[in-house]
Amino acid sequence: MNFGVDSGIYPLGSCTMKYNPKVNEALANLDEVRWVHPDQDESEIQGILEIMYKLASWLAEITGTHAVSLQPAAGAQGELTGVLIIRAYHKLNGELGRRDEIIVPDSAHGTNPASASMAGFKVVVIPSGEDGCVDVEALKEAVSERTAGLMLTNPNTLGIFEEDILEIADIVHEAGGLLYYDGANLNAILGKARPGDMGFDIVHVNLHKTFSTPHGGGGPGAGPVGVKEHLEGFLPVPVVSFDGERYYLNYDLPNSIGRVRSTLGNVGVLVRAFAYILSMGPQGLERAAEVAVLNSNYLARRLSEIRGFTLPYGEKPRKHEFVLSCSVLKSETGVTAKHVAKRLLDYGVHAPTIYFPPIVKEALMIEPTETEPVESLDRLVEAFRSVSEEAYSRPEKVLGSPYNTSVGLVDEVKASSPRTLCITWKMYKDRLRTSERGSR
Amino acid sequence: MPNPYIPNDTEDSEKRLLEALSIPDVEALFSDIPKEIRLKSSLKIPGPLPEADVKREVESILKKNRTVKDLRVFLGGEVWPHHVPAVVDEVSSRSEFLTSYTPYQPEVSQGILQALFEYQSMICELLEMDAANCSVYDWSSALGEAARMAARITKRYTFIVPHYISPERLTVLKTYAEPTGIRVLKVKQDVKNGEIDLKDLKEKVSRETAAVYVENPSYLGFIVEHVEAVAEIVHDCGGLFVVGVDPTSLGIFRPPGDYGADIVVGEGQPLGNYMNCGGPLLGIMACRGKLSFIRQMPGRMIGMTTTKDGSRRAYCMVLQTREQHIRRERATSNICTNEALCALRAAVYMALLGPEGFRELGENILYKTQYAVKRLSQIEGVRVPLFDAPHFKGFTVNLDGASKTISEVNERLLRRGIVGGKPLRSSFPELGETALYSVTELHKVEDIRALEEGLRKALEEG
Repeated sequence: MNFGVDSGIYPLGSCTMKYNPKVNEALANLDEVRWVHPDQDESEIQGILEIMYKLASWLAEITGTHAVSLQPAAGAQGELTGVLIIRAYHKLNGELGRRDEIIVPDSAHGTNPASASMAGFKVVVIPSGEDGCVDVEALKEAVSERTAGLMLTNPNTLGIFEEDILEIADIVHEAGGLLYYDGANLNAILGKARPGDMGFDIVHVNLHKTFSTPHGGGGPGAGPVGVKEHLEGFLPVPVVSFDGERYYLNYDLPNSIGRVRSTLGNVGVLVRAFAYILSMGPQGLERAAEVAVLNSNYLARRLSEIRGFTLPYGEKPRKHEFVLSCSVLKSETGVTAKHVAKRLLDYGVHAPTIYFPPIVKEALMIEPTETEPVESLDRLVEAFRSVSEEAYSRPEKVLGSPYNTSVGLVDEVKASSPRTLCITWKMYKDRLRTSERGSR
Repeated sequence: MPNPYIPNDTEDSEKRLLEALSIPDVEALFSDIPKEIRLKSSLKIPGPLPEADVKREVESILKKNRTVKDLRVFLGGEVWPHHVPAVVDEVSSRSEFLTSYTPYQPEVSQGILQALFEYQSMICELLEMDAANCSVYDWSSALGEAARMAARITKRYTFIVPHYISPERLTVLKTYAEPTGIRVLKVKQDVKNGEIDLKDLKEKVSRETAAVYVENPSYLGFIVEHVEAVAEIVHDCGGLFVVGVDPTSLGIFRPPGDYGADIVVGEGQPLGNYMNCGGPLLGIMACRGKLSFIRQMPGRMIGMTTTKDGSRRAYCMVLQTREQHIRRERATSNICTNEALCALRAAVYMALLGPEGFRELGENILYKTQYAVKRLSQIEGVRVPLFDAPHFKGFTVNLDGASKTISEVNERLLRRGIVGGKPLRSSFPELGETALYSVTELHKVEDIRALEEGLRKALEEG
């Protein structure tokens, strides 16, 4: 048993679990994709190069950037690429030794601080303001001649649009830093606003989120990175260029950070995203953002009316996702976000992301996407309502869940405990032998 | 017409949602985006196209590619053409696997969890290692992560690699290693047989050495035989031994766990994954069973456990406190999305082959390699291979004694529908006019004969 988007609503916040169009699978499975070697002569892979060139230019248009690299294999590798570009930029300006700090808000995805740290930067965390957005005063305090850049997602992980973004960009730029856009939440603003126009210098997008390629149980994905014109020369090599007649691999980027992978990229994923954008067109992408946001606000309204659940950080419109808290439920019934998540599984829906972002207590982060019909949104609301009613009438029912899944509650503590950790069959057999010896 | 992928893109549904929110239109939900940054016109991208047209358009572009089925391709290096059993496609295209994400809710994800546990188990059997993660992006990022992992374990910051390493992989390694202060050094290899120069290695290892890395088979296809001596030298200085492998060789060659490897990396693409013009691929990463090693592994790991009531065996992600979503800037890596579906495909592939299948596969490739070497060496002016050592899958073809360059020959070969080896001059100038060729179980005797004839003709032609 395995739950996928095709099984039912999968409202995992920040993951954009949208429907994966089947025609894109059919196209990515063609021999002309699968049975091609990346080192074949450019004349023999013009088809792939054309798709890569066009996809890169479309992504540049969608994100408001100038040039795009399709090399990164996932969002996190895109982030690493972006932060390495920040590093190379300051290095070229002779400022790397001094500019050693990357600023991230406390509501950021975990990949942001992890990527900054992988690129050798110190991470400076700034607390969010009372509205859940970047606290402009705190940012002013945090920037200095040590600031290399700021990593931000907009809308943020609460699903709230950072209205002060232009001021934020000015503060960082004036301090000499660069702005990095974490594209995990791009689905909310497709065709409405572009990170490049907000002042971001570097942007990554997740093709497996916003552009509908399947998540495959955890991957593969693709995390293209776009940059403004002044940073083009820092992109990983090669990029695909076009001389008017033929597409070719261009290694002529003077300040390139090098490579983040030894081949061209996750080409199979790129082909799917290419087909998706062709299917959607400008109107379709904008409509995706509109309905994703509409679905999300509808759910936010209906779910926050249910007893025990609140929508922290006010009534402002949310974008593609929102974060509920069940703190009230917990204090009144003992039922936590994790219990709610487990009981929801019994109703045939996937649970939201829980305990993230860390700034919300008992957080349930919900992203329905545009590909769920109103009936499935209502089904999720009914499931939440039942869980709430149970929590108040017979909490033990919720605390003991799930019941309707292929296995009952899994012992995750035992799984990670050093004495019982078992990550291969060999370790399992070794343990059996040791315990047999022990019992003799 | 409503958008086929947006079910609520109908008047009725939209009206219902808007009424529930008491707003006149969706625009109300975007009013908080400052006017200055609102997009004033539509995005300048093509579409929308109906499904039939999307299909036609993408197919017509892709027709401009020629595939391994249209050409006789002798390229390897980073990816290789291997047979993919139909069962692999069948299992991995199950939408329960394909359309799921990272199994955060194990109770509804036992399928992918068990598949990935079995991947970890079988890859460890193959490598003779104790623990593996359930994938990183590709061999090159696995190598970068291994260098970082070795540095964390040893608190030392020099990583020594062989001279004949894939130039692309080396660049990625440096991209990953250098920002955190890890220095990458090269150790010499014997020009005659490719063996690691032990004298040079002894001079280069020190108390700063985090690890020594060896690839087996090497990037240029030769087998490094003195691996135990290398292991001893690095272990004596308190560093780790990291080995890079081609998993298809392990049905006939000794597994790295057997000759002292502490961390093993490699490319899992040959295990049931297509070349896909370079991706998705499958980065293999495994280590010894010491907890201090396992705790430093990047990426997701799946463990076997039971249900809370102890009644059933079950699987879930383990040791997540290593990972970015919990540990943030102190995580072992930033990796989140990985190559899970490619790992699942590898699991199906390994289970299909079993030990016998791997032996047959390895023998088949070994025979093909030796056959190709034997045939091509008979051509005048051609030296195959450059190194006096057993070769597997990859081998070097040198044209210093011939009248044409590698690229001249490749051009002529292509006219005959043959894709010659990758030129090595820019990476290893000391090897002269040399190309890296590769054969797998998919190359038929006729293909190798055609290459021989093509090469002969190419050199004879004016």
